[in-house]
Amino acid sequence: MRNLAHLLETRQVSSREIVEHYLGEIKQQEPDLNAFITVDDVGALAQADAADMRRSQGNPLSPWDGIPIAVKDNISTKGLKTTCASRFLSNYKPLFDASVVRSLRDAGMPILGKTNLDEFAMGSSTEYSAYGVARNPHDRTRVSGGSSGGSAAAVAAGEAPWSLGTDTGGSIRQPASFCGVVGLKPTYGWVSRYGVVALAPSLDQVGPMARTVEDAAILFSLLAGPDPKDATSADARNFEVPFWDDQFVKDLKIGVPEEFFGEGLHPDVEKAVRRSLRTLEGQGATLVPISLATNDYAIDTYLTLVTAEASSSLARYDGVRYGERVHAADSNTMFSKSRAAGFGPEVKRRIMLGTYVLSASHYEAYYEQAQRVRTLIKLDVLDAFKQVDVIITPTTPTTAFTIGAKRNPLEMYLSDLFTAMANLSGIPALSVPCGTDPKGLPIGLQIMGSHFREELLFKVGYVVERSAAR
Amino acid sequence: MTRYDTVIGLEIHVALLTQSKFLCSCRASFGAPPNSQCCPVCLGLPGTLPLINEKAVEYATKAGLALKCNINHYSRFDRKNYFYPDLPKAFQITQDAFPLCNDGYLEYYVDDQLVRTAITRIHLEEEAGKLIHSGESIVASEYSLVDYNRAGIPLIEIVTAPDIHQPKQARLFLEQLRLLMSYIGVSDTKMEEGSLRCDANISLKPSGSPVLGTKVEIKNLNSFRALEKALEYEEIRQSQVLDSGAKVRQESRTWDDRAGKTVSMRSKGDAPDYRIFPEPDLPPLNLDPVWVELIAASIPELPLERLNRLEGEYGLSRYEATFLVNYPDFGELFLELADSGLDCKTVVNFLMGDYARLAREKGHLDSERIAGLFQILDERLISQTQAKEVLDALFSSPQTAREIVKDKGMEVVGDPERLRPIVHQVLEANPQLVERFKLGETKLHGFFVGQVMRATQGKADPEAVNALLQEELVN
Ligand SMILES: [Zn+2]
Repeated sequence: MRNLAHLLETRQVSSREIVEHYLGEIKQQEPDLNAFITVDDVGALAQADAADMRRSQGNPLSPWDGIPIAVKDNISTKGLKTTCASRFLSNYKPLFDASVVRSLRDAGMPILGKTNLDEFAMGSSTEYSAYGVARNPHDRTRVSGGSSGGSAAAVAAGEAPWSLGTDTGGSIRQPASFCGVVGLKPTYGWVSRYGVVALAPSLDQVGPMARTVEDAAILFSLLAGPDPKDATSADARNFEVPFWDDQFVKDLKIGVPEEFFGEGLHPDVEKAVRRSLRTLEGQGATLVPISLATNDYAIDTYLTLVTAEASSSLARYDGVRYGERVHAADSNTMFSKSRAAGFGPEVKRRIMLGTYVLSASHYEAYYEQAQRVRTLIKLDVLDAFKQVDVIITPTTPTTAFTIGAKRNPLEMYLSDLFTAMANLSGIPALSVPCGTDPKGLPIGLQIMGSHFREELLFKVGYVVERSAAR
Repeated sequence: MTRYDTVIGLEIHVALLTQSKFLCSCRASFGAPPNSQCCPVCLGLPGTLPLINEKAVEYATKAGLALKCNINHYSRFDRKNYFYPDLPKAFQITQDAFPLCNDGYLEYYVDDQLVRTAITRIHLEEEAGKLIHSGESIVASEYSLVDYNRAGIPLIEIVTAPDIHQPKQARLFLEQLRLLMSYIGVSDTKMEEGSLRCDANISLKPSGSPVLGTKVEIKNLNSFRALEKALEYEEIRQSQVLDSGAKVRQESRTWDDRAGKTVSMRSKGDAPDYRIFPEPDLPPLNLDPVWVELIAASIPELPLERLNRLEGEYGLSRYEATFLVNYPDFGELFLELADSGLDCKTVVNFLMGDYARLAREKGHLDSERIAGLFQILDERLISQTQAKEVLDALFSSPQTAREIVKDKGMEVVGDPERLRPIVHQVLEANPQLVERFKLGETKLHGFFVGQVMRATQGKADPEAVNALLQEELVN
């Protein structure tokens, strides 16, 4: 991205030319790829022209002024449809920009369009999108992952230089891993959630998706920081892009939790991750075998909390103000018929689960219990960071699976097996490509750090990225 | 009725008089055109997040302190989930497990007896929007409109212990609570505008029994009178059910004001499960004890304290003191006048007399202008009868009482040296009558007074004239 910024700065290329290039890619690949739900060519070109005008007057808004971006379609964009891949919001145009979108606009970045996802970000493949699956650019019979599959696929296919995703249990990292791009789930609270359509507010975070670790760090530097509109936003400083240095891994202690290398992990994935670990060790890092035993409970805990919060967050889509209203004699029947017609199967499944775990007779056994386990998981993770600087695991147990392969929802839920822990404990986690399997499908490696240690994650990721390229 | 003991508990919602709403910065005023005071946050648009209005927390804390509650330095917000067209997010942000205030009480008089009702808890929550039905009710309507101006206005819910034993006591409690809220300035407490709402729980048990009966919840109590009437109705209804050997059903009933009875709404089995859980978009509320102390210091004299002071320090009767407490504007005026050295009884009689009627029509007078009227009365510049005319004039002109009297030429002549020549004139003009008077026809005294009054065009002070005549005729 620094090259692109340099070309813009030295006027060797215009923002219009860049945007036209990406719109061309979109036009050519979309019929097959389906990474976008909405492409805003008119808007993006107008924003590009405005950026070029600023450049010509010597007043660029930032070094990235004029470099376009794609935004996941559950992040509000003023006047631009934000569907959440749901029929309920098929015509919804927000009256306001999400705070993260505001940050992009303040940096001068044209928005190419809105990317595909599982309906309301519930899923791991985009197969639950009301607008069809976003395919994997490396093998179009396979899924791009999810829920930020469109954002990952668009970047991997060269339809966008970078993108925004959201991550509640792995929704940035898993598709990043499947599509061979870099994706960060930031520390909870470091990026504003204002304007991000809620799935589970206590777990949701917006994060950058990009082709390189440096690009992801640059994009993150535009997103991180306190937001007075978000009461859960951390009172944290802004993020500075680090100085890149191969040497610093020399004294690094890397935790390798055995629980993440056991049953269910595909040998190809294990091989690639272990190779990267050996490279890091070769450069002077110490590998420390650790245990994160509570990860056994992560998926159950995650599902309990995410469905509980989602059942409440999505209750407002009731046919009164959103979606097609199914008329009925009384309002309760109208609500249930409208919701039955508007939501897809996975959303309904999770709402029913969430309603169940919050119901008076089950609250203690499920929701309250899950909150207790969440605390234990957090303590377990914090404990680990007393011994090590970062923890490295595979991002996903397998590479991208075939479209339609996971018919059983429980199988789909296991996609988050290695990623949910970071959301439950609020820590940052970065997925970086570390190789490919024999079919040429990308493999992702996950680096986790303690709260607000994103800089460290990027620095380690940078070394992993360079070693994988060799 | 004596066969059963009545047990009543109240749940009162008070809309807080903050400038902006509870969770966004929209104006919170009443009466604006429909849907003119809304924003993405209070409309619950996707992706919006709530922010706590500190003023609402301050007002709720103030209410808690005035009701002698413990203010919890840790409290938490929760989501109460239910579907209704007036509820934008399909959940209400409220406080369930950890409310802002606990364990307080309110003291008030019932038939000259000071009683105390325990307050179990007070918590903060948001108001819903308002439905305007095309027909009688949502079910009977072809369509309903929603006004979201009200959505997100801060409310406090005050829950009493089941400490109230008669319908009248419930009304007196609510009246005292309303007064307390207006004294501390946190609400305009208008039942007709919905800024004060009350639901009641009532059960009956055999006299003296320690076991509570089955309680019935009564909703839609839109006035103090409705509260008392509905409870009276329910007392009779439940005692008849018990007398017949049947059991009272646990249910919610609504008060039909026109029919004068309660009607069943839903039984306990149909009660919704609100699936309450901690609000993930808001961190818990951690109050600084120093801040709470500052709020405590800002609480003015409360109604009962004032009542005691008016009786004790100012020597007023319960009736007079109650009037001044119930109408705090009159109370303030009384204190200003009394504290300026005027006689308390005179002032309170004045305020409760013609003044009250005029002030209610036209608004209050400044205490200085009232004091001016007392001054010229004291100087005997005018008579009590004339004072009424001056008072009328005070309400319609900006002049002082003294100026009015002067302009209207109303001064009473009370100075004996000015009146003496007129008295002499009258006596000299009627020598026979003076003779008859001296022979014992004392009723002629009135005739002489009348003559003097006529000669002075009614301005003579009758008392002074009496005294002079006495002097001239008897001696
Ligand atoms: Zn608002």
